[in-house]
Amino acid sequence: MAEIKKLERIASQVRRDIIRQVYLSQSGHPGGSLGCTDLLVALYFKIMKHDPAFNMDGAGEDVFFLSNGHISPVWYSVLAHAGYFPPSELKTFRELNSRLQGHPTTHEDLPGIRVASGSLGQGISVAAGLALAKKMNGDDRNVFVLTGDGEQQEGQIWEAALFGPHNKLDNLIVIIDRNGQQIDGPTTEVLEVDDLGKKWEAFGWTVEHMDGNNMTEVIETLQRVVKQEKNGKPVCIVMKTEMGKGVDFMEGTHHWHGKAPNEEQAKNALGQLEETLGDFPAEGI
Amino acid sequence: MDIQDIKSTGKKATREGFGAGMHSVGETHDNVVMLTADLRGSMKADDFINAHPDRFVQCGIAEANMMGVAAGLATAGKIPMVTTFANFATGRVYDQIRQSIAYSHKNVKICASHAGLTLGEDGATHQILEDIGMMRMLPGMTVINPCDYNQTKAAVEALVDHEGPAYLRFGRPGWPVFTAENQKLEIGKALQLAEGSDVSIIATGHLVWKAVEAAKQLAEEGVSVDLINIHTIKPLDEEAILASVRKTGCIVTCEEHNKYGGLGSAVAECLSMHQPTPQEFVATNDTFGESGPVGELLEKYGLGTKDVVAAVKKVLKRK
Repeated sequence: MAEIKKLERIASQVRRDIIRQVYLSQSGHPGGSLGCTDLLVALYFKIMKHDPAFNMDGAGEDVFFLSNGHISPVWYSVLAHAGYFPPSELKTFRELNSRLQGHPTTHEDLPGIRVASGSLGQGISVAAGLALAKKMNGDDRNVFVLTGDGEQQEGQIWEAALFGPHNKLDNLIVIIDRNGQQIDGPTTEVLEVDDLGKKWEAFGWTVEHMDGNNMTEVIETLQRVVKQEKNGKPVCIVMKTEMGKGVDFMEGTHHWHGKAPNEEQAKNALGQLEETLGDFPAEGI
Repeated sequence: MDIQDIKSTGKKATREGFGAGMHSVGETHDNVVMLTADLRGSMKADDFINAHPDRFVQCGIAEANMMGVAAGLATAGKIPMVTTFANFATGRVYDQIRQSIAYSHKNVKICASHAGLTLGEDGATHQILEDIGMMRMLPGMTVINPCDYNQTKAAVEALVDHEGPAYLRFGRPGWPVFTAENQKLEIGKALQLAEGSDVSIIATGHLVWKAVEAAKQLAEEGVSVDLINIHTIKPLDEEAILASVRKTGCIVTCEEHNKYGGLGSAVAECLSMHQPTPQEFVATNDTFGESGPVGELLEKYGLGTKDVVAAVKKVLKRK
């Protein structure tokens, strides 16, 4: 329990970082970032074997890809606290000459990023390629990739969904952020994607479900998935989350998909999130 | 070198040169991996596939995913050779190439067969004439369009030792083989095929042979052609182009591509900045192709030997 508490405290700080990054740049995507905070904290601080010294090839390491690249604020914060770069750099998010681009890229050599993402639908294919390389190299570590539920509307997702089981990539773990929201509204209204679990199962994946905002459940599910015997089938976890989780007025709506809070809203949000590891220094917030 | 000494030793497809190159690099580079999208037979690389079945990835008819898988393989230090028809290797997956490969600096080699009109009977749906332009616009992308079997094989060998994303364009039909066997190809270095003083002809891909035929004919008419075989369109060998036009004062570019965006455009960009020079384009004239036999297609769309000769006569008058 003490460990879960510790992870939750990291998550609280990451959520503060998200609000402060987006507030400072007055742009970015807080909703999905807040919803996926618990997952990324669990992966980087508990589940994955990884090296903050950063090796592009990820040999002998577990590797994480973010396909829905717009939730970069959560990834940047988690990478910084995991030691990939100094948390003080978070204040440069989306600024000119920053390594912290609006969407993650390799172009500025930010440690932790292995491919540009944000043009949706591409991350699972790239993750599958690295998973395949690990198989070729006899490297038994896993490749995780997070993708959005609205992103499931991209055709390339389903090409990758065919590719994984055909190539027996049981070292590939796709996690779908099932928050039910996308830019233009609920996924049910924009273009229905349900039933995601049944769809991925029909494509030959082992499907798991978890509450992505319950740290205990996230840890238990991920531990079960990585420890289960490899059977040739890749894994898809349909992860229910609340968009905007942790900030009451951002929860459960697509309104905060790509919108920055004003000063009053930012202060309100930060008042709901405990500072646990120390805020990165920044003027005005 | 006398232009009349350049002779074909017979016909072989540039795609067969690709296959020979794959066989060669398969032996020398353990990290070379070949991917294809249901076009294994068309790529003529069975020697590689049979020798290294564990390094061949059949991706099915799913080119977008194939580009992403290649990016992932490259991340792990593999050298993925992604193969399909030029049409599906570029236009169909432009964003995947742009984001996951070019912008992400992945060492992926996009190996595209059946480029241009010489795909022949399948028609315009499969005859891409815009691919050089698309690939050339991507920052950091190397673009190579070799002229015959031997040069294509050499291009494959050169590319696996070249770090960074690259587009290798070759074709379907049997085509005269006239460059040296077992040559080394230096990326970005144009080759002088003949020295001349009246006009520069700079050609790429299949059209190099048409340029050779035209230069022979022109020589008989007393026109001295400075003939350059340029396999690398990006980075462009500007020095070679400028040195040539400083001798001749006019230039004809030849390519199996739309006149917009390809070799002709690249040369015009160079000349307009450094040495404004009259230029004529042997290229398709902003059009799609159609079904037909290779020879007849080249004639109809202005890519024949007589079209090169006509372009030379036109540009000579503009000097």
